[in-house]
Amino acid sequence: MIWVAAGVLIWLGAWALNVRIAHSALAGTRAGRMAIPLIFGLSVLILWEALVFGFGVSAVILPAPSAIGATIAGALPVLWGDFVQTFVKGALSGYVMGCAAAVIVAVLIDRSPFLQKGLLPIGNFVSALPIIGIAPILVMWFGFDWQSKAAVVVVMVFFPVLVNTVAGLAATEGMQRDLMKTYAAGYWQTLAKLRLPAALPFIFNGLKISTTLALIGAIVAEFFGSPTRGMGFRISTEVGRLGLDMVWAEIAVAALAGSAFYGVVTLAEKALTFWHPSQRQH
Amino acid sequence: MTDAAVMPRRTSWQRVRGGKMLPVLSVLCAIVVIWYAAAVWMNATWTLDQAARAGTEPTFAEIVADTMVQKRPLLPAPHQVAATLWDQTIEQKVTSKRSLVFHGWITLQATILGFVTGAVLGVAVAVGIVHSRTMDLSVMPWAVISQTIPIVALAPMIIVLSNAVGIDGRTVPKTIISAYLSYFPVLVSMVKGLRSPGAAQRDLLKTYNASGMQTFFKLRLPASLPYFFAAMKVAVAASLIGAIVGELPTGAIQGLGARMLIGSQFGEPLIMWAALFAAAILAGVLVIAVGLLERLALRLMGQPGQGGAR
Repeated sequence: MIWVAAGVLIWLGAWALNVRIAHSALAGTRAGRMAIPLIFGLSVLILWEALVFGFGVSAVILPAPSAIGATIAGALPVLWGDFVQTFVKGALSGYVMGCAAAVIVAVLIDRSPFLQKGLLPIGNFVSALPIIGIAPILVMWFGFDWQSKAAVVVVMVFFPVLVNTVAGLAATEGMQRDLMKTYAAGYWQTLAKLRLPAALPFIFNGLKISTTLALIGAIVAEFFGSPTRGMGFRISTEVGRLGLDMVWAEIAVAALAGSAFYGVVTLAEKALTFWHPSQRQH
Repeated sequence: MTDAAVMPRRTSWQRVRGGKMLPVLSVLCAIVVIWYAAAVWMNATWTLDQAARAGTEPTFAEIVADTMVQKRPLLPAPHQVAATLWDQTIEQKVTSKRSLVFHGWITLQATILGFVTGAVLGVAVAVGIVHSRTMDLSVMPWAVISQTIPIVALAPMIIVLSNAVGIDGRTVPKTIISAYLSYFPVLVSMVKGLRSPGAAQRDLLKTYNASGMQTFFKLRLPASLPYFFAAMKVAVAASLIGAIVGELPTGAIQGLGARMLIGSQFGEPLIMWAALFAAAILAGVLVIAVGLLERLALRLMGQPGQGGAR
């Protein structure tokens, strides 16, 4: 019981510390903004550890963070193999193919208002559908290896990126297009120099949404059949064996990979759309 | 938009051409045509295989005819899917284990439960974030990070966990997954919406000597409604995905996700496709229902039909 009390006390203390920081001058600085969520996260981990230890929760129900950490450290090669199989081969390749295809299709239908009017409502509707349901079908078509996972990811990321790109290509103003016309710029020049750059904030919006979708697609597709490696495979088999520490280790890897993926796309966005109001700091 | 003095009255045909109906319908037709072509192309291998085994040489017309009626096609033709869908909804009793209405109802329950839980959670956290600077700074980054975690990775574990804790059935774990997926859009939009009243409006309420509670209920909450409903549409779709994913890991026997899994495991593509389309229809109905609710609520509040947050 003393452990539980200590955990709760530490958590409350961390919260009080955060209140102090949030209302001090530190909250305006970069360090302060980084420190507050870090302290909060750390205190939650400590509370979790204390609760598991204090109540003697069985590792089959909820392993302590320390046990998960030990598993991660001990099973690095396995985790790395799963990561390569699911993330690099399945999610990443599918993401690149799907996003590229979506942008290309958006540019192709850009010249036909008829196609746009027809495809946009359908694209919008399809992005609201539980596309993940096609995973078993695609696994049946493309086999158990990463190709079927990449195919699921392609379908999942295609529509959000398509819809956003089409919206982005329409985002220029008449004045800007007129200016390009006075420069005697052709269609492709206008596209390359004005409309695609102007569409970038929208495209990146779609790309960012798609990062999570890509990981979800790759992992769920593995529930329907996979070679004997991969994050989805490991999770479903380890759950069956009640090896929850390994499951949590995979989840930690997935969370890390997902956040890093999102972060990389955000960095690319910052580098490429530095001119956009949402990216300018002051 | 239409200025009667300048523009002649449009005929109904022009209205159809100018509207979205025609383009959407033609794209849909094109999809069906491509689908049929793909069905012939993908199923022909099996037909040719069978013919080679029987030692016959089928004509093209025979191949096409055969690809339309296979029992276990690689890609079922649209009319096969439609027939299965019809057979498993209208022809079956609603309580039958083979009825998609029955399975859809199971999925819908978890979807609605998760959707409501997620929405309440999202609104509650948003209210906290708007009112507490500490919470804004410490919880918001984690809420963002929580969405980069592929929740489906957690799905099998949530199911085992809730069983271990002694909760029978799958409604609770499915609800948790749905709620996890649907709370985030609500949270983000509500934070935006609750902060949307400008300084002038807040100042006005201050001159009325309004308390924090009064400001919240009379200004912030009504102002956030358009944002709320915009998020609702995203959240309800996400919630359905959560419910279906919750049914995917082995063991489920009820629900649309379980139907897909059964179709996949027993090599019955028609079941799989019918369940997939049932899920699509369900998603469409849910989004439309939320849209109607939005119109109703905004009209009751005296706002014009279209919300401000798009």
